[in-house]
Amino acid sequence: MPDHLSALQLILSGDPALLAIVRLSLGVSLAAVALASAIGMPFGALLALTHFRGRAVLVVLLNAMMGLPPVVVGLALYLLLSRAGPLGELGILFTPAAMVIAQTVLIVPIIAALTRQTVEDLWVEYRDELRAMNVGAVGRMTTLLWDARFSLLTALLAGFGRAAAEVGAVMIVGGNIDGFTRTMTTTVALETSKGNLPLAMGLGAILIVIVLAINAAAWGTRVWSQRVTG
Amino acid sequence: MRAPISDLPVVLEDVSLQRGVATILDRISLTITPGAPTLLIGPNGSGKTSLLRLCMGLAAPTGGRISWGGRSDPAPTRRAFVFQRPVMLRRTASANVTYALAQAGVPHAHRPGRAVALLERVGLADLAHRPARLLSGGEQQRLALARALARDPELLLLDEPTANLDPAATRAVEEIVTSAAQSGIKIVMASHDLGQVRRLAGEVVFLARGTLCERARASEFLDHPSTPEAQAFLRGDLVI
Repeated sequence: MPDHLSALQLILSGDPALLAIVRLSLGVSLAAVALASAIGMPFGALLALTHFRGRAVLVVLLNAMMGLPPVVVGLALYLLLSRAGPLGELGILFTPAAMVIAQTVLIVPIIAALTRQTVEDLWVEYRDELRAMNVGAVGRMTTLLWDARFSLLTALLAGFGRAAAEVGAVMIVGGNIDGFTRTMTTTVALETSKGNLPLAMGLGAILIVIVLAINAAAWGTRVWSQRVTG
Repeated sequence: MRAPISDLPVVLEDVSLQRGVATILDRISLTITPGAPTLLIGPNGSGKTSLLRLCMGLAAPTGGRISWGGRSDPAPTRRAFVFQRPVMLRRTASANVTYALAQAGVPHAHRPGRAVALLERVGLADLAHRPARLLSGGEQQRLALARALARDPELLLLDEPTANLDPAATRAVEEIVTSAAQSGIKIVMASHDLGQVRRLAGEVVFLARGTLCERARASEFLDHPSTPEAQAFLRGDLVI
């Protein structure tokens, strides 16, 4: 990437190296959101609908884990995935796969905790009606998740926002390798420390525009859904 | 398609319901058998809703026993419930009915046809694809009836289904209830509207302060109530 271009020029010229960084960032974060939803949503719904000893402790723990420090997650995964670690055999440290795992670990608690809250609130409203229709445990979970679908978008957004913005975890397990595991956030950190402010600012601007665009789309979906489903 | 088990008769033996120190229902014995509609009447707080919920199996009594067709398992098989404020699933009217059909064990291929027939039966065929939560109160109550009828019930319990409706919507609901009763479904319905009791009831069960005061044929009850509580209620006195 030529260093002498301004941030705007870099964006407008569609610099291939820059585009590759944006693509990798989005790919990793979206994969993490997909994976975290597949784990977090059923888990959140299950926690909302079951009662057992220690449930309150689990709920508090889950809520607290929404604030997991990314560098701690990165470090823990680094230890697990490094050559000498228990999962070293996989050989995925410093690859995009490791980055996806790290971000998934970060956002599963966010998606699970928000899903639990949403499903639990909806269950209060649906409880009698579903029991009168003799809906079983699995049916309750799927019905509530489906009927809460537009509210759960917010959970996905929160997860995506967290994944796209974090730098600590992907830096540690991805290694910030040029052209391979370099994301928008790690590039901004690196280029800023090198004094290459135009590139850092350009990437920062792109990151903000992407997050804004996704939130606007989700907002639009919610407004539309309220009109069509009431 | 369905196991030939029956939910009738519903037998309540000395059923009580305590909530904290309050007695909601006090040693009620009642047998619900097939026949003309039973209207459950009484002042607010007399226990009508609680009694219906017990009959549905939505709540368990704190004393006494309930059985459905001789079974004590409360899982509803051939009975359905219409709430005073029904909750519409966040889907279309038609999808609400299809959902109820699925839960009642109707095979996938039969559901669309049955859903259309049920929506016609409650006069909502034109609104099949409208989101259920955007329907008016009366339309939602009719959709709730379609969902209940989707269970192919022997026993249909209704908790003041017309309490929040205007006269036209009330009539539409009453017509559906009457036709359901004529098709052989046993109706047990809570109401505090004496005109409605006159229009629909075969028999009346009168509750006051959680006790069953009187059970009689509707005309007999309305013209010659035997207990002082019922006499006061029919006169329009405040019965507490």
